Amino acid sequence: MLSKYEKELLVIIWEKMMPVAEDIGSESLLRMFTTFPKTKTYFAHLDIKPRSKQMLSHGKKIVYALHEGAKNIGTLASTLAPLSRFHAYQLRIDPTNFKLLSHCILVTLACHMKDEFTPVAHAAMDKYLSAFAAVLAEKYR
Amino acid sequence: MADWTDKERATVASVWGKIDVNEIGPQALARVLIVYPWTQRYFGTFGDLSNAAAILGNAKVAAHGKVVLGALDKGVKNVDNVKATYTALSQLHCLKLNVDPDNFKLLADCLTIVLATKFGSAFTPEIQATWQKFLSVVVIALGSQYF
Repeated sequence: MLSKYEKELLVIIWEKMMPVAEDIGSESLLRMFTTFPKTKTYFAHLDIKPRSKQMLSHGKKIVYALHEGAKNIGTLASTLAPLSRFHAYQLRIDPTNFKLLSHCILVTLACHMKDEFTPVAHAAMDKYLSAFAAVLAEKYR
Repeated sequence: MADWTDKERATVASVWGKIDVNEIGPQALARVLIVYPWTQRYFGTFGDLSNAAAILGNAKVAAHGKVVLGALDKGVKNVDNVKATYTALSQLHCLKLNVDPDNFKLLADCLTIVLATKFGSAFTPEIQATWQKFLSVVVIALGSQYF
């Protein structure tokens, strides 16, 4: 459960990340592909190079979705329903991989925010990312 | 247990060389207790862990954080023999402390994130990958003596 304070904190953080959405998203992906090479199997079509056009555009989509979801966490399941269907029926990405990306998003935010990525912010973000991943995996079976 | 290139060896040694155990150890342990509160089950004698501020200000958490991170030094110095290095520590956590070994990974992830807050953009994806490879070898070693 996210407290009211945590929800507000999440909105503040994602608002701050919007102008650098491409950087944060593509860096998170790059960290995932580098640290957990098996995740590349799902992205054979993607030009996996630092800051390639596709990495930037896919990264931006991820950050936009995280920002959109954070605006109203109470309705996360309905906000993300199209994304959830897409992952379950078309992409069929093994949901254990969501955790790997979540971790790399945390590391990326930590690198960018440094001391501002406090233990409290870290806890709120970890909870939010796992809620987000759970919704994405909801329709798998 | 794991093969290491010269570059990876240099990276692990270099990251470790930049870590102040007395600063990073308490922060990493505090984050585990804050982000994954169920880990507090192992620290019933530590006193007040009721909120983030209490955990961050808890002297026992800080002291134990230093001990825990200090134990990583042996692994850094024995990258080719990590499993044997942590045999006794693994037995201790299994038989005496009854710690679920999944918790070692939670601590490793928190340590990585603390390093990211500390090093910023200098903590590149390549350094992260090598560092996490090292931590995953240590985590496996710590779980190797369970039952």
